[in-house]
Amino acid sequence: MSTRLATGGRLLNKSRTMGFSFNGKQLKGVEGDTLASALLANDQMLVGRSFKYHRPRGIVASGGEEPNALVGLGEDNKFEPNQRVTTTELFDGLTCTSQNHWPSLEFDVGVINSKLFARFLPAGFYYKMFIHPRPLWKHVYEPFIRQSAGLGKAPRDRDQDTYEHFYAFYDVVVIGGGVAGLQAAKAAGLAGAKVLLMEQDPHWGGRAPVDGGTIDGQDPQAFVDATLSELESMSNVTLRNRMMGAGVYDHGYVLGYERVNDHRPTAKGPRHRLWRIRAGQIITATGAIERPLSFAGNDIPGVMLASAVRDYVVNYGVSIGDRTVVVTNNDDAYLTAITLKEAGLEVPVILDARASGGGALADRAREMGIRVETGKGIASVKGNKRVEGVAICAQAGEGAVLEEIKCDAVAMSGGWSPVVHLWSHCGGKLVWDEAEAMFRPDPEKAPTGDTGEGFVIAAGAANGQFALGDALTDAQKAGEAAAKATGHKGKAGKAPAGEAPAYAAIEPVWMMPQGANIKLRMKAWLDFQNDVKVSDVQLAAREGFESVEHAKRYTTLGMATDQGKLSNINGLAILSDALGQAIPQTGTTTFRPPYTPISLSSIAGNAIGDTFQPIRKTPMHDWHEENGAHWEPVGAWRRPYTFQKPGESVEDAVTREIKQTRDSLGLLDASTLGKIIVKGPDAGKFLDMLYTNMMSTLKPGRCRYGLMCGENGFLQDDGVVARIDEDTFLCHTTTGGADSIHAHMEEWLQTEWWDWKVYTANVTEQYAQIGVVGPNSRKTLEKLTDDDISAEGLTFMGWKDITLDGIPARVYRISFSGELSYEISVPASRGRALWDRLVQAGEEYGVTPYGTEGLHVMRAEKGFIMIGDETDGTVIPQDLMMHWAISKKKEDYLGKRAQEREHMADPNRWKLVGLETTDGTVLPDGAYAVADGTNANGQRNVQGRVTSTYYSPTLDRGIAMGLVHNGPDRMGEVLDFPKVDGTIVKAKIVDQVFFDKDGEKQNV
Amino acid sequence: MSNAAVSALNGATVQGFARVEETGLHGMITLRGDLASAKVKKAVKEATGQDVPALRTINTGDSGAVAWMSPDELLVMVDYDQVDDTLATIESTLAGEHFLAVNVSDARAMFRVSGSGAGVREALAKLCPVDMAPGEFEPGMFRRTRMAQIPAAIWMPDAECVHIVCFRSVAEYTFNLLRDAVAEGGEVGLFS
Repeated sequence: MSTRLATGGRLLNKSRTMGFSFNGKQLKGVEGDTLASALLANDQMLVGRSFKYHRPRGIVASGGEEPNALVGLGEDNKFEPNQRVTTTELFDGLTCTSQNHWPSLEFDVGVINSKLFARFLPAGFYYKMFIHPRPLWKHVYEPFIRQSAGLGKAPRDRDQDTYEHFYAFYDVVVIGGGVAGLQAAKAAGLAGAKVLLMEQDPHWGGRAPVDGGTIDGQDPQAFVDATLSELESMSNVTLRNRMMGAGVYDHGYVLGYERVNDHRPTAKGPRHRLWRIRAGQIITATGAIERPLSFAGNDIPGVMLASAVRDYVVNYGVSIGDRTVVVTNNDDAYLTAITLKEAGLEVPVILDARASGGGALADRAREMGIRVETGKGIASVKGNKRVEGVAICAQAGEGAVLEEIKCDAVAMSGGWSPVVHLWSHCGGKLVWDEAEAMFRPDPEKAPTGDTGEGFVIAAGAANGQFALGDALTDAQKAGEAAAKATGHKGKAGKAPAGEAPAYAAIEPVWMMPQGANIKLRMKAWLDFQNDVKVSDVQLAAREGFESVEHAKRYTTLGMATDQGKLSNINGLAILSDALGQAIPQTGTTTFRPPYTPISLSSIAGNAIGDTFQPIRKTPMHDWHEENGAHWEPVGAWRRPYTFQKPGESVEDAVTREIKQTRDSLGLLDASTLGKIIVKGPDAGKFLDMLYTNMMSTLKPGRCRYGLMCGENGFLQDDGVVARIDEDTFLCHTTTGGADSIHAHMEEWLQTEWWDWKVYTANVTEQYAQIGVVGPNSRKTLEKLTDDDISAEGLTFMGWKDITLDGIPARVYRISFSGELSYEISVPASRGRALWDRLVQAGEEYGVTPYGTEGLHVMRAEKGFIMIGDETDGTVIPQDLMMHWAISKKKEDYLGKRAQEREHMADPNRWKLVGLETTDGTVLPDGAYAVADGTNANGQRNVQGRVTSTYYSPTLDRGIAMGLVHNGPDRMGEVLDFPKVDGTIVKAKIVDQVFFDKDGEKQNV
Repeated sequence: MSNAAVSALNGATVQGFARVEETGLHGMITLRGDLASAKVKKAVKEATGQDVPALRTINTGDSGAVAWMSPDELLVMVDYDQVDDTLATIESTLAGEHFLAVNVSDARAMFRVSGSGAGVREALAKLCPVDMAPGEFEPGMFRRTRMAQIPAAIWMPDAECVHIVCFRSVAEYTFNLLRDAVAEGGEVGLFS
């Protein structure tokens, strides 16, 4: 059983007990524990179930590579699934639950998968099984898979924590605060670079304090302490712990994932902070990860990485078992045996798969009285929910059992793999190191920046330099190189001398024993989380999945939340063997950020709640809010769709607004319309190119409606242009077009017509704009001004500067409703005041603010087009019968040449007409008019479609506009518009102007 | 009923580890022209008492400020009720030149974040992709940048304060961003 030892635990403060619960069980740990060490101290070996077979799973590692021990952490609005216990710091009151089991962790019915069906769930099972027959997918397979899919549960409540981003800039960013990272940061810092050193754990120093050796004759911890205090004293060096280098991107962009308050969840401040860092050079001192060995039963709780067994003893004073069998193919695991022995625990045997055995550490182990068997391995592990013993075999054989040994833990080591993830994220290449049996960064092929030079340097164990002395020298070199590359030439100091026992050569062992039979291979796990076994990868190879990327997806190897940190190298070695090719030929799968999962909330940062998205508000927004606005998003703006009175339906509100506007007086907040000043001696010439009609002939004081097309001839915006003076125009755009049309203007001015004397300025937000609309609009305004705005004083399509109730205003007499109408433009900061004043002044006329729907209906009644309704990016002005707005006199305008192309000039293009249902109902939006026959796809032929359709309160019937084949020539014809329910609506082709065709209402 | 001009948030404030306040209405003029020309230099001098600022800088004084916005654009800042006069000065000085001077005072909202220099810098570094480290961003510098999801411009009138200009329509969003950025417990401890 696993338990807390009387001594040891260098990271613990045993005087401070912390209570926590696991599956409702109240347990105790101490300050400094990880959740993993605290669970193990309480003999909680079984922590979860595997994904596919629901096999019992125990903790296998001590760091971020842990594949098994994932829990649902916290409750309610602090619940988060899939949290690794090995990287979760224990805090008082922590609650967690295990995952992927039913009904309980101890008794899981899903486990029958493993007992009965394991042989039926090989690689590619889902692809093979569920593809036929098709109908079964929807009704049988999918519900079944959905029920069993997914590790952990999604949170049900809104996350109560806050998250933020932080932008930072450094010459050199060092990722990893082990001895190599510390030394590299020191070297770069001494040379004068501005350095950030980040470490994902709360503690600095990495593995060195556990693994021993000496640095400059001292204990590694002494070096760590001294270097830390030296770095802290350097003003150009920043140290951040609990911060993981999550990803490396183009141009030295690094994501740092800082877990600010995970370890103190009641503290104020953000839970996570995502650092978005620009670095000149990046040093990855990310260490190495130990590989498991592939033997039968290597997934049974109690089988653990040798380094993890050592970590738990040294760092947390926790033993995994009383009797631990060590199995290895390299010298490093001997350290574990020695550590265990020194802690007073038993090591019945060290099984060294190498026939030649180990070096100095092996001698040391033997001296300590530990039995060492060379050329031996594990045939199988005995036990179910925990290790009960091992059967020993010859590594060279097929698994014949030589001896059985009782034990309650197995410490395995298949060698070490440098953590090359961050090196690889942005394209750094790897080389296969035959001697060390590992992929390590190829220094010749670093990720390159804008100069073509590398911007990532791997250092220490992450660079394949495992020996303590080599790692420190390598780190010093990396720090110096990074400083130099960022232009810092100060004295970088020297690497300290590191000494540790020399290791004998590793011998690659990808399968144990090397000739393991199929029964053993089916129980030798590669990917613990996703249940991928040696036999699965071999099957994939036999079935033709030769590319490592294909084999990965077919078997799901390395696709779990741990992204194969333990399984990838072993898996591709098995694949290579099955394909009969060398490992480097097979290659690795792609390393993608983040290194380990980061919270989605940290990515969202402040984009949540009232800062989820900027909502643009006009100066009158609050009034609208207070007066029943039913909002409609228009771009980033919120505009009132209509203003509902208490108890009134949306439809009734719209009808009331339209009737009252047509009968008397309406008010519209038109502030969102784009307003762009275009000024200069060439402004007229410029606008003649931008608009299809002639703008240069417009007189100061007058307005003209214009259409704007893109180069391809398609209509993209429309609006009223006012000429302010000889040199200056004000162009109104649609609400959504304000920014894009301004950019469109600048693009042409800056790239094509750079020598034209024109300046533009987007003044959309400078003005609050209010439409005063209806027969009583003039009378209302006249109450507030002494200026002449009579029919003669301000004629239709004219504008004038006046004073309205003491506010300087520009009045445009334009109409989008067909009514007598004025658009009043005042400084935004006085918009609300004027609005209030107009509401007051219009009271006697029953003034009625109306929203966008009223605006739309009234313009449709008048047959005016709307960008986005009548246009969809494929419509040209000629389709809309707007030839009157296309100048024949101009030599050129944007879109002219395109509109002359054959397809654009084709008489068969659908054209705009009005549509009137024969029964007065409203046509469905987007409905198609059908024609005889079917097309090549067997679909009914069509001859037109609805672009705008409304109920018109003014006419008390449905009105619509649409694009119809030869429409204008077919007045009076009735078309069939089928509805989704199979019935047909009949509509007659009519003139698109449904109301006041002669414009009598606006010309008063 | 008053019809006086009102800024977007009417002077809203919030206190965290730094103080955020909307600073009301300010006179702002977009001036586009040839920044190297003697006449533009003269117009800027007469309008604000300042020289044309160099790339990404701002020149400030008692009678106004002027900031570099782009190779052919300046932002002239004066008191809100002085804008018409200043515009007239610019117009007359540049008469006959090709230029554009337009009042944008009402199109903007302005905020001030003040407190310890470190706190102010950290708050901004949470929102803008700008190196806010001392020595990298200092009084006299001016940056058009992005603040979370909106465009903004920032400068430091002194070492303990940052001014922010954004569009008026997103004033509330900006205020809320700053409110969260200065929330207690969110100190990063990087610049202190």
